[in-house]
Amino acid sequence: MKASDKQAYLEEYELLKKKGKPFFPYAVMKDSVMALVVVGVIIAMSLLLGAEQGPKADPTTTTYVPRPEWYFFFLFELLRVIKPPELVPIATIGIPTICMVLLLLLPFYDKGPERRPERRPLATTAGILTILAMGYLTYAGATSGSPTEIDMKVAPQYKAGAEIVAGSGCLACHKLGENGNNGPGPELTHIGARIPRAAIIRSIEIGPSIMPSFRELPKEKLNELADFLSSLN
Amino acid sequence: MPKLSDLLVPAPLRNTPKPGEAGAPKTPAPQDLKSAPPERPTDLGRTGEKALEAPVEAMAWIDQRMAASGFLTGMLFRKVPKGTNWFYTLGSATLFAFIVQAVTGVFLAMFYTPSTTQAYSSIAHINNDVFLGQFVHGMHKWGASVMVILVFLHMGRTFFFGAYKYPRELNWVIGVVLLILTMTMAFTGYLLPFDQRSYWASIVGININGTGPIVGPYLSDFLRAGPELGATTLSRFYAIHMLLVPGAIIALIGAHLYLVVKLGTTAPPWTKADKPRVATPTSNLDAGVSGNGYRPDGAGPTIAGVQIDGHNGEGAPA
Ligand code: HEM
Repeated sequence: MKASDKQAYLEEYELLKKKGKPFFPYAVMKDSVMALVVVGVIIAMSLLLGAEQGPKADPTTTTYVPRPEWYFFFLFELLRVIKPPELVPIATIGIPTICMVLLLLLPFYDKGPERRPERRPLATTAGILTILAMGYLTYAGATSGSPTEIDMKVAPQYKAGAEIVAGSGCLACHKLGENGNNGPGPELTHIGARIPRAAIIRSIEIGPSIMPSFRELPKEKLNELADFLSSLN
Repeated sequence: MPKLSDLLVPAPLRNTPKPGEAGAPKTPAPQDLKSAPPERPTDLGRTGEKALEAPVEAMAWIDQRMAASGFLTGMLFRKVPKGTNWFYTLGSATLFAFIVQAVTGVFLAMFYTPSTTQAYSSIAHINNDVFLGQFVHGMHKWGASVMVILVFLHMGRTFFFGAYKYPRELNWVIGVVLLILTMTMAFTGYLLPFDQRSYWASIVGININGTGPIVGPYLSDFLRAGPELGATTLSRFYAIHMLLVPGAIIALIGAHLYLVVKLGTTAPPWTKADKPRVATPTSNLDAGVSGNGYRPDGAGPTIAGVQIDGHNGEGAPA
């Protein structure tokens, strides 16, 4: 913005202000109505939806699918869109950090005097695309359930392990045959052919990358789990 | 029939419509000043009168020491530009949602214990035994979602209206920090109920931080405060959620609102000021008080015996 643009803006603004109305009571009236709506909505949600507790946190079982609160779905889904492990840091921190820096510095690289959205096509398009992308990712996160059943043929000696996989939320992040979400974790359908049993156990215990560690699982369950997974080839 | 809101503006500050315009009073405005002041009730006796004066005197006593009334009336009756519409309520709606969070949060803090063994049962106690406990807990829980939505809507409004441009760049920057802090509140609060959902989601969240380049591992170590998610993690999240971030948010909202008052809010980008009939060069002096129709030279009107000066700090910087 050139100095003359700034001057012109300030002068125009003074005129607009002169034609305006006092903050009290006009703006205060609108703000108060809005405040009542906000509290009304919060109270209604509290009454209708309540605040039920889930089961108590328990490191030795994961009967609950690790899912963030809905407003972080877009971050979580980003991991599913960007899959290769070497790109994970880009998805998890890279993209959000870049977006935040771009957002923070916005007034310092978008310095044109124009303020009407229809005359700022680049900014407006970028804004709308961002909203659509975040909306889509949030929707995808909301609708991607995590199956708790495994529809594949399992030999009787591996049944116990398959049940642990189904009940532990693994399928929230891993695909297994026809079940499970394809990502952020790698597919498990042929995991036994790809890595040895010891490596499977190590992964379960350590929890590589964003995967939680399941080292608190009882030894016996851990073994059943590893038996089942290494049988998949 | 005058609107209620019009009656609330002290007469000297009113935008008196020109004769002939809609809403113009039948009698010319200056006559208002000549009419006699309203009668005070006389049947109260001297003590009654004294009692009536007491609050006024108390206010005067305080104001002698704080000298804030000029600033406050200036702030309250400052002009918002022509065209200001409902989109401009989103900021104060966000502020209001934050206040709801603060109030319900204090209530929850009176009963909550941030320890791995007691956190879960203290929330159960709030839900089941405390009077209105689940209701207030529910307000805090859903209020968080409402606040997140409102922050994004408010940011969208300022983005599409180009309100981040000169001279409001700094307010945008403060806003982005407020956005990050709001999301931090949402993240750290989620662990506190310590149920399965919050426990496992927080582990994944911390691990996601850990995959970041360079600072990632330090960040996740800091958040986890130990090799496993446990007692120290919980108290760290509690301190961040209860002290660190709310303090920062309050301070930054203060700075944000200071700039809002100081610079004034934008007019919608489509609103045009009609060209004035007589060109009015805007001098610095005028900028401070323009639109209020009085001058800071002592000749201006008074409200409740208090001189309203132009000392409201508004007016865009030249
Ligand atoms: C806790 C969060 C926030 C609160 C309580 C808050 C509050 C407010 C209020 C009350 C206003 C007055 C005008 C209006 O309501 O539109 C305002 C203006 C403004 N806010 Fe925020 N805000 C918050 C977050 C943000 C964020 C996240 C951004 C952007 C990144 C932002 C950028 C701005 C800008 C640029 C203005 C000036 C708008 C104008 O002059 O038209 N604020 N804020």
